[in-house]
Amino acid sequence: MKMIKNASTASKKAFINYGIVIVFFVVFQTLVSTGNITSALKGQLIPITCYMIMAISLNLVVGISGELSLGHAGFMSVGAFTAVIVSSLMDGASNPARLLVSIIVGAITAAIAGFLIGIPVLRLNGDYLAIVTLAFGEIIKNILNCLYVGIDDKGVHFAFNNPNALGMDPLGKVIINGPMGAVGISKIATFSGAVILLMVILIIIQNLVNSRTGRAIMAIRDNRIAAESMGLSPMKYKMLAFTVSASMAGAAGAVYALNYSTLVPKKFDFNTSILVLVFVVLGGIGNMTGSLIAAGVLVVLPELLRKFSDYRMLVYAIVLILVMLVTNNEKLKGKIDTFLKKFRMNISKGGRKK
Amino acid sequence: MLAHLINGISLGSIYAIIALGYTMVYGIAKMLNFAHGDVIMVGGYVSFCSMMYLGLPAPVAILAAVFVCTVLGIVVERLAYKPLRAATSLAVLITAIGMSYFLQNAALLIWGANPKAFPNMFKNIEAIEFAGARVSPVAIVSIVANLIIMIALTLFTTRTKVGKAMRAVSEDKGAATLMGINVNFTISLTFAIGSGLAAIAGVLLCTAYPTLMPTTGSMPGIKAFTAAVFGGIGSIPGAMIGGILLGIIEILARAYISSELADAIVFGVLIVVLIFRPTGLLGKQVHEKV
Amino acid sequence: MKKKLLSLIMTGALVMAMTACGGSTGASGNSGSGATGNGELTGTLKLGVIGPLTGPAAIYGNAVANGAQIAVDEINALGTGFSIELNAQDDEHDAEKSVNAYHQLQDWGVQAIAGTVTTTPCIAVSAEANSDRVFMLTPSASATSVTDGKDNVFQLCFADPNQGSASAQYIADNNLATKVAVIYNNADAYSTGIYQTFKSKASELGLQIVSETTFTDDTTDFSVQVGDAQSNGAELVFLPIYYTPASLILQQASSAGYKPKFFGVDGMDGILTIEGFDTSLAEGVMLLTPFSADATDDLTANFVKAYNDKYGEVPSQFAADGYDCPYAIMAALKFYAGKNGGLDVTGMSAEKLCDILIKVFADPDFSVDGVTGLGMRWNSNGEVNKEPKAVVIQNGAYVGM
Repeated sequence: MKMIKNASTASKKAFINYGIVIVFFVVFQTLVSTGNITSALKGQLIPITCYMIMAISLNLVVGISGELSLGHAGFMSVGAFTAVIVSSLMDGASNPARLLVSIIVGAITAAIAGFLIGIPVLRLNGDYLAIVTLAFGEIIKNILNCLYVGIDDKGVHFAFNNPNALGMDPLGKVIINGPMGAVGISKIATFSGAVILLMVILIIIQNLVNSRTGRAIMAIRDNRIAAESMGLSPMKYKMLAFTVSASMAGAAGAVYALNYSTLVPKKFDFNTSILVLVFVVLGGIGNMTGSLIAAGVLVVLPELLRKFSDYRMLVYAIVLILVMLVTNNEKLKGKIDTFLKKFRMNISKGGRKK
Repeated sequence: MLAHLINGISLGSIYAIIALGYTMVYGIAKMLNFAHGDVIMVGGYVSFCSMMYLGLPAPVAILAAVFVCTVLGIVVERLAYKPLRAATSLAVLITAIGMSYFLQNAALLIWGANPKAFPNMFKNIEAIEFAGARVSPVAIVSIVANLIIMIALTLFTTRTKVGKAMRAVSEDKGAATLMGINVNFTISLTFAIGSGLAAIAGVLLCTAYPTLMPTTGSMPGIKAFTAAVFGGIGSIPGAMIGGILLGIIEILARAYISSELADAIVFGVLIVVLIFRPTGLLGKQVHEKV
Repeated sequence: MKKKLLSLIMTGALVMAMTACGGSTGASGNSGSGATGNGELTGTLKLGVIGPLTGPAAIYGNAVANGAQIAVDEINALGTGFSIELNAQDDEHDAEKSVNAYHQLQDWGVQAIAGTVTTTPCIAVSAEANSDRVFMLTPSASATSVTDGKDNVFQLCFADPNQGSASAQYIADNNLATKVAVIYNNADAYSTGIYQTFKSKASELGLQIVSETTFTDDTTDFSVQVGDAQSNGAELVFLPIYYTPASLILQQASSAGYKPKFFGVDGMDGILTIEGFDTSLAEGVMLLTPFSADATDDLTANFVKAYNDKYGEVPSQFAADGYDCPYAIMAALKFYAGKNGGLDVTGMSAEKLCDILIKVFADPDFSVDGVTGLGMRWNSNGEVNKEPKAVVIQNGAYVGM
């Protein structure tokens, strides 16, 4: 009986999230097509969507599977650089086809990376697991810093740590140039494409969470030993969540990469991983709605703070600390609740007087 | 080879001093204090200002840095971390990250973006020739300081009452309270010691690599955190061994393999160590109770 | 919105009519040539600057923004009826933030951009600006990929390849050394670009490169790079890098007891201004630079004084590049106004202004004198043509060679 009730609230929640995405898309698409949007916001629509995907995919690992990952940006960069290569190889094909294939290949490559990294990582626990994911994030960044890729008539050339080893035709084009990254990427990402991807990923995650597999993952999170004694393999289920999450980050990275004409490995460092983790924690661990909203708000916030000029990032830091204090400290929370109650009562009183 | 080894030990000693701060705070408050790296930077700026603007001699400047950082550590703990004592460790982690952004950007506003060249503090100390390799004054001071700090901390935590209280709190907060230990005071003290050490590390770091920017502390902070985990987080000798090993691996990797891949190799070694010893070199093995 | 635009145009026209009556003359401040006849330049130009004002590269962005601010203050104080409204936006040296900053400027109504300061963000922004038709004059993003295939992007600094070959030529011509070591930042298009041309020119001239080592932006420990140069017996170390890492290399070479000749490029300028830097370490360092703060000509002296008065420090080459940008754009507009019987820029669309500026900058007759070079001319690729000066540091100051 209770389970049925749970399932129904879960699917209700799922539909709220679909609703949010649809409303997000319709509102902004209308604003864009009617020209009623600032170009600042318009330019951010695709990155916002990418960060939303990053946030919900990380939430799958941090919230549902219960493992703190500090290297999520690494998978994003794997997807991003793969997408750059794929889309340059498909030069001449139609843009939607290039975008689609880039996303799929990017997601697959990131999934492979996630699987390989998951083997050592998921043997560890707690903070040790966190530091190893951080280490892998940095390792991916370092390896990409040494990666040189070029295309000429003979096909794709790879070189590691030595740009002169590419052995290209003089007419060939270097598409990934070590630490200087990729230059001259064709900007084929579109807002509607990004939103469709977000929607697909949201559907996958929510169905996964509400499935038998999802319940197994959460059971392992809540009590590994009990779950194990029920015959569930922790490694298998943790690995599933980790790999799926990595592939989604790769897909987000693919869209992100194809929205800018240049991309450097340094972009996907520890700070980007942390940024996404902040979305997840502020939105509420395990709460997909929260992740979506937090990602949207926190990506736009630094832009809104531009009028503080020099104080911008300082204000951002203060806002972050205050929000964490207010939402996590029982005393402060209680005070704010009572304040809000009083406030509401005053409003309703005022309303009655009128 | 020997020259690289000495450079590695010198860099590793600095990592070790920073790692001690991480390890102590983690042991007691069970939190990853990401703002620790930025306390290093504040220590560097304070000693820089005391020497360049106030004309204070080097030892006084170091003391000033230690004092300011100690106070900063206590204030940060009181304002940002203490209200979250009951919250999840992730919430504290994010707050620490917020604090790190705050310190970096405050430093940017106070001291500006232009890097400062840190003056050579150890002009009076002569470099030593050791088996044909040159040991720079900073290296000597770093290694000696590391040894002294390490011994002093070990004595402090094993011989003094306050030190024992610290260990008690890290073992079991609830039981420590029942034994009459003031947990809040002990945590504040830990932050104070950790931040004071960060100030010393800041001075050494800036003397060895004399460029001081608002972001100076972040990368050494992450490396030192890695060192703390490497040696077994929560363990004082572990932090020292982890720090020195990390420094040596980093320098040797840069010299003999590739300067681009040095960080990747450092992190790779960390991963290998953790696979075989999941709680670091000297970390306690925690057995699960069913 | 349309009403606002109309009223702006009306005001502009009014201002133009009034200044035309006033007949202001002697507005030659810094303009090299052009602006002859009765074609006056009037109105207010909305000029945007994009660069890293926070984060690890903040030093470069702030220098450019400060330099540009001084130039704009001076231009506005001339009272010629032409003024510039400056808006500097932060990009944290990140392509994504840089594009955000660019869009913010668009919402503000930017008409031309002096930026962006660093290379990677500049490539991202120039792609946007190219499709939106917004003119960009970058003070310091020197990689060739910044201007490649984009007719609207011009550089005020040297393109990288020129500096590398000029340095090799200078070293060979003056017999400074035969065994050379290079330490460069391979995460930086600027540094790598100079290194590559230096290398090919050096082998052509018979210079022997005995040690090549690299580092990335986060590096602070150069013991390995310095040690490699030392053990391979390099007599001269070529440093195609910025002055912050260069100061670390000088210090670490000194503490390792290694004393070769050091040779730098324009990024090295500023090393003497680092607060707390022991200038005796830089004694004998040679560099090629378009700007030196110790030059005695009026233009430089005035700029250095104004900068020092306002910001309390000696301007670096970045500040000088930032200072020249508004003047170059004003000179170009004057050049056009002079040929076309006047120009009022108030409320003019960015597209239209972009066409005008492209035409003028690519014009072989157009040249500008600035603090970073006299008679700067551009080719249609957007690259500037100016001569670097070779200087050597003696007793803590630059001396011409």
